[in-house]
Amino acid sequence: MINLKKISKWYGDFQVLDDCSTQVEKGEVVVVCGPSGSGKSTLIKCVNGLEPFQQGEITVDGVSVGGKDTNLSQLRSRIGMVFQNFELFPHISVVDNIKLAQLKVLGRSDDEAHKNAMRLLDRVGLADQADKHPAQLSGGQQQRVAIARALAMDPIAMLFDEPTSALDPEMINEVLDVMVELAKDGMTMMVVTHEMGFARRVANRVIFMDEGRIEEDCTREEFFNTTRGERAQIFLSKILEH
Amino acid sequence: MFGDFDTGVIFDNLHFLVEGMQTTLVLTLIAIGGGLILGTLLALARLSRFRALSFCAGGYVNFFRSMPLILVIFWFYFLVPHVVGRPVGGFYSVLVAFVMFEAAYYCEIMRAGIQSVRKGQIYAGQALGLSYAQNMRYVVLPQAFRNMVPILMTQAIILFQDTSLVYVVGIKDFLVSADLVANRENRILEMFTTVALVYFVICLSGSLLVKRLQRKFAR
Amino acid sequence: MNYNWDWGVLFREPYLDWLISGFLWTISVSLAAWILAFTLGSIVGIARTVDNDWARGIATCYVETFRNIPLLVQMFLWYFVFPELLPYDAGMWVKRELPMPEFTTAVVCLGLYTASRVAEQVRAGIEAIGQGQRNAGLAIGLTPAQVYRYVLLPVSYRIIIPPLTSEFLTIFKNSSVALTIGVLETTAQARQIEEYTFQGFEAFTAATLLYIVVTSVVMLLMKLIEGRVRIPGMISLGAK
Repeated sequence: MINLKKISKWYGDFQVLDDCSTQVEKGEVVVVCGPSGSGKSTLIKCVNGLEPFQQGEITVDGVSVGGKDTNLSQLRSRIGMVFQNFELFPHISVVDNIKLAQLKVLGRSDDEAHKNAMRLLDRVGLADQADKHPAQLSGGQQQRVAIARALAMDPIAMLFDEPTSALDPEMINEVLDVMVELAKDGMTMMVVTHEMGFARRVANRVIFMDEGRIEEDCTREEFFNTTRGERAQIFLSKILEH
Repeated sequence: MFGDFDTGVIFDNLHFLVEGMQTTLVLTLIAIGGGLILGTLLALARLSRFRALSFCAGGYVNFFRSMPLILVIFWFYFLVPHVVGRPVGGFYSVLVAFVMFEAAYYCEIMRAGIQSVRKGQIYAGQALGLSYAQNMRYVVLPQAFRNMVPILMTQAIILFQDTSLVYVVGIKDFLVSADLVANRENRILEMFTTVALVYFVICLSGSLLVKRLQRKFAR
Repeated sequence: MNYNWDWGVLFREPYLDWLISGFLWTISVSLAAWILAFTLGSIVGIARTVDNDWARGIATCYVETFRNIPLLVQMFLWYFVFPELLPYDAGMWVKRELPMPEFTTAVVCLGLYTASRVAEQVRAGIEAIGQGQRNAGLAIGLTPAQVYRYVLLPVSYRIIIPPLTSEFLTIFKNSSVALTIGVLETTAQARQIEEYTFQGFEAFTAATLLYIVVTSVVMLLMKLIEGRVRIPGMISLGAK
């Protein structure tokens, strides 16, 4: 489904991604972790072309992301993405946030888009907040709306870029619960996160990144139970200690 | 067209133009100096706890900021001789006009600069036991100053451009000198193009400098 | 101070007429120039934020050129120099047949000048929103143009209502510069009354009051508009 082949990227002289290769199969949940500055957010943004890369090739469902003839907007409309800071559009209501791309990109009728939006809001437990504006919701609620907004496009895969990092601790679980549900429904997911509990529950594979390289790429069992490289060892002990 | 663009007329009258530029610069510098002093006093008054004082300063600022500079120039050109009781020459009237007018703008820049320092910084200073004056001197003003310098300089560039408006009362600044030459020698194209170019080069250099300062301060 | 007060002068003909007509010219020049400045300024401001080196370069040149030459000099350039630079026929047409030449020149000059300032505000508004919103719009499949139309511009124009208000007031005050090429607007008329009657105090007071009244009305109006388009739940949008 998602294929990364030898991806390298530089900001000027500074190399942020170094020869990264991996793939995500249909229905697979892959968790990407690593210390801050390791390039994991950059890597996931390359998958839908939000960050350009200089070397390598990424294909999603057979379409090359960096290809000259690729209609990026169309490709992106088929890949859902959830951001660290939610990035709901502040000037329109919650339900309109979910309708916008359905109307403008997919060309759905207002009626159809609305029904779909309400169904998804119901699914993330926020149907009663439909007419509020994003800033009137808590962080956890906003992130659930953001997930609904991505799902409204009937994506073939979902990308999560640290979806719980900006949340207060008591709101993390409401978002993770929605994500676990999604995973159990068979959604293809690539998730940048430090939530190892989430990885233990639903991840098929775990990727560990450091200094722009993919250091570990193994199954959940291997990652949590057997021997890992030293850096991954240190990283895990740091975030699991408390 | 530019085909018969006569650069000779510029060099022939260079002395005259330089004199005009001197007037422009003197006017600019005195207006900056006077405006800064009066503006600082106004800013202190505006931030003062005495309601009457801050109200008056606010009134002054709003009054001057709702008027066109040309009207202010006309006002003082007319008023100053009346107040002094004898003719004082246009230059001095215009000088007073610029100082009074700029003070209103400088006041607002200073006020915004002081208010841009976060409340948390003031609390932190107080928590360390600094007195009000010490807190101002070592914590608030240095930060406020950093925030203000680029804006103060931008305002100075605007002021430099605005001094050309003394044209309306015929003070021989750079523009008026060039205008006189243009009409005397019938070389309007050359003179006005030169004037525009000179202003452009000076102001662009100034604003590039401001940008560099901003980047330096941003670090 | 030795001065003969005569407030009645303001209500005598033709001086009252002069003031009224001056005020109408001020309003017409300001409004017409504002339409030009707002439209062009928006285009230039947006161009400064797009992902295209050429568009950004041209827009930056525009802003730097118009910002760094005094308005009065620009006024003279448009009025005296510009017709000379045109091909002969076009130049003659501008000199002889351009309808209301002073008014038209003043509007074009003031509009183009203020557009550079509006552009800076528009750019600042868009930049204040940040990369995250742009990415979010792109990620759901909007084209870059759609991202501007539905995501960035609706928010940034709300953010910049206060600075745009002050730009409008600036254009309104700057319209007085048009008197240098012969547009008899408010300030010019006040000056003319002073020269005819020597009642400068009364004439300038009248002009000052007109400017203050318009400034206050505009500020009040924009406060109302700002309140009306405020985004629920947001206290401020990052602007000061």
